[in-house]
Amino acid sequence: MDEIGDFFAAYSTLIGFVGVSALLALSVWVTLYAGQLTLGNAAFMGIGAYVSALLGRHLGTPFPIALAVGALAAGATAAPLGLTVFRLRGVYLAIATLAFGEVLRVILLATPITGKGQGLNGIPPKTELWHIYLSLAVVAYVLWRVQGSTVGRAWAAIREDETAAASQGIAVRRYKLGAFVAGALVAAWAGGLSAHLTFSIEPNDFAFSKAVQILVFAVVGGIPNPLGPIFGAALLTALPELLRPLKDYRDILQGLILLLVIIYLPRGLVTVAQLRRTRRLQEIGAADVA
Amino acid sequence: MFEQLYNAIFIGSIYALFAVGFALVFSVLDILNLAHPTVFMLGAFAALFAIGTMGLPWYAAIVIAFVATGLFGIVLDRIAFAPLRRRGAPPLSAMISSLAVTLIVVRLVELRYGGDFITFPRGTVPSFLLHVGDATLEGVRLAIIVLAIVLMLGLTYLVRSTSLGRDIRALAENPRAARILGVDVERAIAATFFISSGLGGLAGVLLGFAYDSVDSKMGLPLELRAFTVMVVGGMGSLPGAVLGAYLLGLGEVASLVYLPAELRDAFAFGLLFLVLIVRPSGLLGQRVVDRI
Repeated sequence: MDEIGDFFAAYSTLIGFVGVSALLALSVWVTLYAGQLTLGNAAFMGIGAYVSALLGRHLGTPFPIALAVGALAAGATAAPLGLTVFRLRGVYLAIATLAFGEVLRVILLATPITGKGQGLNGIPPKTELWHIYLSLAVVAYVLWRVQGSTVGRAWAAIREDETAAASQGIAVRRYKLGAFVAGALVAAWAGGLSAHLTFSIEPNDFAFSKAVQILVFAVVGGIPNPLGPIFGAALLTALPELLRPLKDYRDILQGLILLLVIIYLPRGLVTVAQLRRTRRLQEIGAADVA
Repeated sequence: MFEQLYNAIFIGSIYALFAVGFALVFSVLDILNLAHPTVFMLGAFAALFAIGTMGLPWYAAIVIAFVATGLFGIVLDRIAFAPLRRRGAPPLSAMISSLAVTLIVVRLVELRYGGDFITFPRGTVPSFLLHVGDATLEGVRLAIIVLAIVLMLGLTYLVRSTSLGRDIRALAENPRAARILGVDVERAIAATFFISSGLGGLAGVLLGFAYDSVDSKMGLPLELRAFTVMVVGGMGSLPGAVLGAYLLGLGEVASLVYLPAELRDAFAFGLLFLVLIVRPSGLLGQRVVDRI
């Protein structure tokens, strides 16, 4: 038992980060599953992080309420944004959501209350590991159930063919917006948790590279079901730490893994464990969803 | 004012050289090549290698950097894009595989050169001042502006009036039809990548010369700017990319003058967002069919 205790003590931060990454990966999974390539989730994560940290600092808001308000703030931003950008598709949508993230970053850099470029320091470490993993379990369970529900089938239908879905009477706009807002809520919740895990946040933590990283978690893991993103996030967050002895070659190895997965396992790592399910997805032509 | 305009045109020329290559690959193959900023950085390092290690003069370094990055572009396609193309993978996959190549290449460069700014050996990079009225201008920048314009005219000629250009345009319009009609598709793709990456690498050399500074992360700021330029001009439109690049250069220099320093980047991304909302097809955007 002692070894397990030591392991947790030595790696507790890493274990926390793995959970946060998994939540973020799930946040982008929702939109990818609905066929929407959005890259705004780093920005929503930032909204959650800043709002919850500022509420705690200036108003003494209790931690869970601060997290919830942060998530709602992101959701409230996502709804009008989604209404505006969802007439764009494919890479246009990706670029528009990226641009939104950059605009937010610039706003953070220019606003005094967010600490401008220095960001916020000395955020109290209120996040416990069980907060993260309870959230992850709840989100994963909910998404798992949603996947098999009417909503999940509507998302899949939109992903396969938007026009056909609309002609079947599916309220395409509403379902797309729902996925976008749900993703924003999860990302912001994860952002609040991660801000109270890392002590300090700054605008660049939520920039382009973070947006891409979140997407990579999900795609490397695999989109066919919510397990993929969790698996991808865990692997790609833990790997740099486990490869610490090979520090100099870490990025190279990570790049190689990424390249090999995208070329040889197009449906993600999860397909290794889920071959049967994938074959079914292939039969119905839903394999290459991402 | 005149100096600022001069600098705006200079930086616009760098953006334009960079962005036409980015737009070319997108228009022909529908690939958003996220390794393009890495090619930009590689161009600068190829020149540094040619000058610092091989002891060659700057003009030879420019040629070497162009050829080296052009060849790198072909290799990049074989490794990161060709396997995906054969499978008919979605565009997202190509973005991620090019990102993977970026991770690897940037790290390889850092293993050899470290992550800090490096200057060219003293006296190897041309530098002279021009006096126009009471303004003092860096002469090299004028040379770069002229070179960039010549190169872009050359590219226009190549795409519009040569048989290779015709093949590339056929490929952009419909790869299958092009293949059926006897276009050597693989050759056209290789040429597209050679030109695109060669120009991207050249932009890197020229910026490295102008600032006398090279570093492994110098391509990063261009990533989102390339998106901006392409969206503003119209996705995949080469004249659009050039127009977008100069507009972005002007806008950035103007916002440097009139806005606080923290808001410097706001212009590019605000513009990008606005154009996507108001006019997603961009300023010179056309039907997908005739966008090159």
